Amino acid sequence: MELVCPAGTPAALRAAVEAGAHAVYCGFSDETNARNFPGLNFSTEELTAAVAGAHKRGAKVLVALNTFPRAGAEKLWHQRLADAEAAGVDAVILADIGLLDYAATHHPKLRRHLSVQAAASNPDAINFYAETFDVKRVVLPRVLTVQEIAAINKEINVETEAFVFGGLCVMAEGRCALSSYATGLSPNMNGVCSPASHVVYAEEGPDLAAKLGGFTIHRTPKDQPAPYPTLCKGCFTSGEQTGHVFEDPVSLDARHLIPALAKAGVTALKIEGRQRSRAYVAEVVRAFRAATDALAEGRDLPLAELARLTEGQQATAGAYAKTWR
Amino acid sequence: MDLTVGANLFFWTTDATRGFYERLRAAPVARVVVGEVVCSKRLPFWEHDIPLIVSTLKDAGKEVALSTLGLITLNRERAKTKDLFDMGLPVEINDITALKNLPEGTPFWVGPLVNVYNEGTLAYLARRGATRICLPPELPLKSIAALCKAGKEAGVAVEVWGHGRLPLAMSARCYHARLHDRAKDNCQFICGADLDGREVDTLDGQAFLSVNGVQTLSAATGCAAYYTEALAEAGVSALRLSPQTGDFNGLCQGYADRLAGKVSPADLVAKLLPEAPGGRFADGFFDGPSGSDWQHRFRPDRPSLSWPRR
Repeated sequence: MELVCPAGTPAALRAAVEAGAHAVYCGFSDETNARNFPGLNFSTEELTAAVAGAHKRGAKVLVALNTFPRAGAEKLWHQRLADAEAAGVDAVILADIGLLDYAATHHPKLRRHLSVQAAASNPDAINFYAETFDVKRVVLPRVLTVQEIAAINKEINVETEAFVFGGLCVMAEGRCALSSYATGLSPNMNGVCSPASHVVYAEEGPDLAAKLGGFTIHRTPKDQPAPYPTLCKGCFTSGEQTGHVFEDPVSLDARHLIPALAKAGVTALKIEGRQRSRAYVAEVVRAFRAATDALAEGRDLPLAELARLTEGQQATAGAYAKTWR
Repeated sequence: MDLTVGANLFFWTTDATRGFYERLRAAPVARVVVGEVVCSKRLPFWEHDIPLIVSTLKDAGKEVALSTLGLITLNRERAKTKDLFDMGLPVEINDITALKNLPEGTPFWVGPLVNVYNEGTLAYLARRGATRICLPPELPLKSIAALCKAGKEAGVAVEVWGHGRLPLAMSARCYHARLHDRAKDNCQFICGADLDGREVDTLDGQAFLSVNGVQTLSAATGCAAYYTEALAEAGVSALRLSPQTGDFNGLCQGYADRLAGKVSPADLVAKLLPEAPGGRFADGFFDGPSGSDWQHRFRPDRPSLSWPRR
C-alpha cells in the first residue's frame, strides 16, 4: 500500500522521503491550498527542487489545490495548476468542480485526485467525479467504516486513499462554515480553520479562557495545559449539559485497521499533518512505513506507541469505529 | 428580486408540517422547495404528505421544487435521490451525488449546501442544466456580485440566503443524539423536540450555534434586511427564507414589503426580531469581519443586538 505523507515545508518533505514515504503531498504558499498557514508551504522554485529530489529517491509528489477558488480570482488557481504541471508533480489534489473542469480541459495529462474537501462519500458521487473529470483517485471522507469503504470499492473503478493518522474533521469536509462564522476565515475560501490570528488566551480569575473570534471555546484552570481552540472540538453548554458537544479533542490513529483497509481495496494510506514539525513527520512516517512493509511481507504489524504524538494524547479510530452511530 | 421558501430544515410533526404549507398558500412568495435535507430517518414520517403539499402550493400559483438530502451516504438514500428525478418536478440538489442520478439534459436547481464559490463551477453546473442556484451562505457580497454576473451570462437565476438560522455544517454524526447520550441509530427522533434547533452556548453564555440532528446552524438568525438594495444591485434574483416556527407568513410579508420599499430595514428588523429563535440576528457573511457579525452594532442610532466582543 502506498503511504502518502504530509510536507508543510521543503525540509519536512525531505524528512518524509528519507523516513520512507512512498508519496508526499504539499501545497503552494497561498490560499490555493487548505493548509494556508503562515510559514508553511512551497514557492514554485521550492516545489520544482522538491519534486526532483523526491523523484531521485523514488517518491511521488502530490500537490493540493483543494480550496474553492474565489469568484473573480480563479486565475490564481489556474496559474497554480500550470505551475504544478511545470514542476513535474505526479498529481494534483482538487476539490472544486470548476477547477476540476478547468484542469481536465487545460491540463489533461496532469493526473487528478479528488480531495477529501469534495466530500465524495458514496459510489455515485465518486463515479460522477471519475467519469466527468477523469479523476484517478479519491481521498475518502472520514465518515465511513471499513465495511462501507469495501462496499464503495466494489462499485467504483478508481483508486481510494484513506486517512489513518492525525487530526480529525468531524463535519463533512469542504462543507463547513463554522470557522468563517466565528472568524471570517474559512477552510473553503482561505485555507484555514480556527486560525491562530483570531485566537486569544485570556486569564480570567483562576481560569485560562481560550477564545476564537471573541467566542470562548475552552476554559481550563491556569495550571493545566490549555488546548488549542479548534471550534468543533470546543467545550460548550447546551441546556443542562456542558461538554464537548461535537467531538472530544482526540486524534485519529487507525494503524490497527491497515490490514482491513488493504482488504477493503484501499490503494493508499494518508497521514494528516502538514502543519507539523519535520521531526514529528519523520517519526510518524517511519512508524507507518514499518507497518506497510510488514503488511507487504505478511508479518504482524509493529504497533509502536504513537499516542504521545496525538492531540490531547488521546487517539480514536474515529469514524472507522462509528461508536457514535 | 422575489422570494423563495427553502426546504424546512427541522423535524416537525406531520400536522405542523401540513399546517405550515397550507398557510404558505397565502404567503407572498414565488416558489417553495419541499423535501428533507437533513436526515433521511425523518422522511418516512411525512413523505406521504409531499404530493398533497406540492399540489396545494402549485394550486396557489407557487413554483415548487423537491429537495435532495444534504449528505448522502447510505444505499437507500442513493435510491431515494434517484427516484426524486421521476416525480416530474424540478429537483434542488444539495449534494453532488445527485448529478450522477440526473438524466442528461434535465433542468435542476442547486441548493445552498452545494459549493458554488466561483464562475467556473457555476458555468459547469449551467452546462449540466442548472437553472437556479442558491449560493452558500458564507459567500461575501463581492463573490455574490461576480456570480450573479456569471449567472446572467449562463441563464441561471442566483439566490442568496435571506432569513433563517445559517446552515454552517453537516456531519455523518448526530449531535442531537449525542447530547442525549443516544447512538444515532437509536436517536428516538429527539431532534423533533427542538423545533428551531437546539441552542449551543459558549461557556461564557454567548449564544453561538444550534444543533439540528446531523446539521449545525448558527444560533443567530441570518437576516438580509439591511442588504436588500445591495443584493438587488448585485443582480440577485431571489432571497431565500428558511422555515421557522411562529408567524412565518408574516415574515414573508415583511420581506415582500421590504423588497417593495414599503418598510425600512430597521422596521423590518424590529418586526422580525421578537420571533427570531434565540433573539439575535447576524449578517456578517455579506461584508462583516465574520459571519456572526451584525451590522446593527455599527449604527449609533440603534442599540447593539450583538454580544460584547473582546
